[in-house]
Amino acid sequence: MTTAEYRAQEGTVDPGRLAERARPQIVERGLPRRPGGWLQWLTTTDHKKIGILYLVATFMFFVVGGVEALMMRLQLGAAQNTIMDGTTYNGLVSLHGTTMIFLFVVPVLAGFGNYLVPLMIGARDMAFPRLNALSFWLFVFGGIVFYMSLFFTPPEAGWTSYTPLSDDAFLPSGGVDAWIFLVHLTGLSSLLGAINFVATIHNMRAKGMGLGRIPLFVWTILVYSYLLIIALPSIAAAATMLLTDRHFGTAFFDPTAGGDPLLWQHLFWFFGHPEVYIMILPAFGIISEVLPVFARKPIFGYKAIAGATAAIAFYALLVWAHHMFTTPTATVVLAFFMLSSFVVAIPTGIKIFNWLATLWRGTIVFRTPLYFAAALPALFVIGGISGVQLAVFPVDWQLHDTYFVVAHLHYVLFGGSVFGIFAGLYYWFPKMTGRLLSEGIGKLSFWVMFVGFNLTFLVQHSAGLSGMPRRIYWYPEDAGWEAFNLISTIGSFMLGIGVMITLVNVGLSLRKGKRAGNDPWKGNTLEWFTQSPPPENNFDVIPRVRSVEPMKDIRREILEREGRPAGSVAQPMASRAS
Amino acid sequence: MIPHALAPPRRIDRRHVAGLLVLGAFVGLLAAAPDAFADILTPEDGGGSPQAERTDVLYEITLWMALPIFLLVEGVLVYSLVKHRFRRGAPEPVQVRGNTRLEIGWTLGAAAILVVLAVITFAFLPGISDPERGGPQRGGAVAVAAIDQPDVPPGGPSLNIRVVGQQYIWRYDYPGPGRLFAYHRMVVPTNTTITLDITSQDVQHSFWIPELFGKADAVPGHVNDMWFKVTEEGVYRGNCAELCGENHAEMIGEVEAVSPERYRAWADRQRSDIRAATRALTDQRRRMQAQQGAGAGSLIRQ
Repeated sequence: MTTAEYRAQEGTVDPGRLAERARPQIVERGLPRRPGGWLQWLTTTDHKKIGILYLVATFMFFVVGGVEALMMRLQLGAAQNTIMDGTTYNGLVSLHGTTMIFLFVVPVLAGFGNYLVPLMIGARDMAFPRLNALSFWLFVFGGIVFYMSLFFTPPEAGWTSYTPLSDDAFLPSGGVDAWIFLVHLTGLSSLLGAINFVATIHNMRAKGMGLGRIPLFVWTILVYSYLLIIALPSIAAAATMLLTDRHFGTAFFDPTAGGDPLLWQHLFWFFGHPEVYIMILPAFGIISEVLPVFARKPIFGYKAIAGATAAIAFYALLVWAHHMFTTPTATVVLAFFMLSSFVVAIPTGIKIFNWLATLWRGTIVFRTPLYFAAALPALFVIGGISGVQLAVFPVDWQLHDTYFVVAHLHYVLFGGSVFGIFAGLYYWFPKMTGRLLSEGIGKLSFWVMFVGFNLTFLVQHSAGLSGMPRRIYWYPEDAGWEAFNLISTIGSFMLGIGVMITLVNVGLSLRKGKRAGNDPWKGNTLEWFTQSPPPENNFDVIPRVRSVEPMKDIRREILEREGRPAGSVAQPMASRAS
Repeated sequence: MIPHALAPPRRIDRRHVAGLLVLGAFVGLLAAAPDAFADILTPEDGGGSPQAERTDVLYEITLWMALPIFLLVEGVLVYSLVKHRFRRGAPEPVQVRGNTRLEIGWTLGAAAILVVLAVITFAFLPGISDPERGGPQRGGAVAVAAIDQPDVPPGGPSLNIRVVGQQYIWRYDYPGPGRLFAYHRMVVPTNTTITLDITSQDVQHSFWIPELFGKADAVPGHVNDMWFKVTEEGVYRGNCAELCGENHAEMIGEVEAVSPERYRAWADRQRSDIRAATRALTDQRRRMQAQQGAGAGSLIRQ
């Protein structure tokens, strides 16, 4: 039943209009028609369409970055392999890292944020819809400019672009310049998007939704936005300095003319480490939404999780030099950054314990979103523990820049962020499309991904411990790393297949998936209050929020009032609230 | 809690069995190849360098401290997922929203573990980062004074070597008298405190011999330091650990530890080889200049 029908029952709308096909208010009121077809996707300023554009574009980049990873794994699968040379391999290293960070994880979270933040806080769009469209298109053009470098020379200095290797003296071709333009364009995109999120979340919440009642996903997007605003100027400045070093004769990072390569590392990591939390916090937010819904129990320690998120963000700004423990640096500085890195582990641990306590004595319903959401703490704890080990700087002197670090960062960014993103995809796909993803295919995808992921990255700890450095395209037979690498390569292809199964699931379910209805999971937050997919104005009437779980209140009220479950009523509060 | 009699009968899901089999096969695979996985959980053995041994011990301490936390988290998670899963007819779970005492407890607990770890690290630090006295040596020490490494405790034999990274090879400059340098393989006497001044002449590299010492980045314009002491003769190998260009993978450094007598013999031979090579080069240059001067004087006018 839609609003019109519902109002007709209550006698507020002329019953004659019920003869028309039931339509949402925005259509009913005769707003001008938008262009149809593909053109609407190019011109849209609707946060939901932009969100979907983000998701589609970022998942395309995810596949590209994944293929690059598999090419590298193929080369490393055997000792003294000759599939590719060092130049090609370094190109793949740089493309893979840059793609996954700048073109997948950060923007895919912006995509979820775009789609969901207005819905979850009861707003009709973002604060600045056109700015929002600009953010998306800047991101797309950043990606295109970057990948154009495939037609001449891709960058070969890694996603970190350390100087002097990235200076024109050593890499004169345009690949590094393409990387710089990508950093600028996607950086601007993220900065504008972050400002938009901050303005939206602070100003456009439903009545009664104080800062202490915003959904945890929205809370993490708010913190993500503040972190982006603080961290991005540093990389923007550094990339500009690198650009002028390369082309206009400055020497910020050139030691032969008085510059200092360590300056690059400081500026880069002042951005680079907060970036890690920018990539993980919204994933934490996603599972903080998913776990309580499937445990049929409220989130344990709402305020502790929100506070821990803010604390992580604050300390994230104070740990950057733990990436530089092996540089010539005074011991007191190393000690400071070790201790600050320890401190950041405490709020992270708090979150993990809170999730466990949320599941504890729940009534856990095993649907696909729960599988991915429960895998996050299971995998992230491994990355968190190896992170503390790496923070012990004398230990880091051995482990730094080895495959141990590669394993650590993938447990954090894949085991953490990507599993969280997949939980979000399975959880919100019904809201976005009106159809459920197939449960059977989803669970298959989960298990193939879970086993493949651990097969790929668990043994990389061991490869690192036995002395295998990162970013090498070749190793001799007598190094003793072949078995680890073969296992890792087999696992990586399994992981790739697991991801493809989910993409196939999306393709199939778009046409043939089960109809979801408004609220298939009995969610806690306001996005489940509107239709699936939501109409362009999101809500005809925005309900008043009375707790952190407004949908629970609404369902209870409907049940009391109507004597029937709320799932059968679309925007059920509409008539009363108006 | 559901009374025991009311609980539904346990049913072993075939898919769960398949999952366990995969897990078992995975663990079995890891356990079945002990040779390849000798260092599966800890770094390689130290080869007699005390600082590598101590790093190894410190790493193992972090591992043992982490293990209970890991098992606790995974255990509680798996237990909850199995024990508290939805069963038909189960009552709504108790709507617990938090427990302040519990939350303060695990916050303080986590903090306490990290304080202990920090104390242990600082206790280990001097043994890893400060050079220790060389010796004992039989057959006389290699008496070469360290120049700019004030940290070496006096009284033992020590040797200061300057390590210069370049794409894609390491050069080692030994102290005088007489020019002494080597590429690729650094020869050092055993039981001597070796201090290294590490730098680079082009891009960043990182000097690292896993069995002897951790990484020290070679940054152009900076000098990094590192020390080690080898007790067992042998050759130790390590890759450059900072991406330095297309042949980064082939940039390998080696340390060969030999007895002090053999070291002196090597140094003498190397010095005379370098002298001979320099002389040969000078001769050749003179010959070429003479030929060119006869043939085309304009070339050497300046």
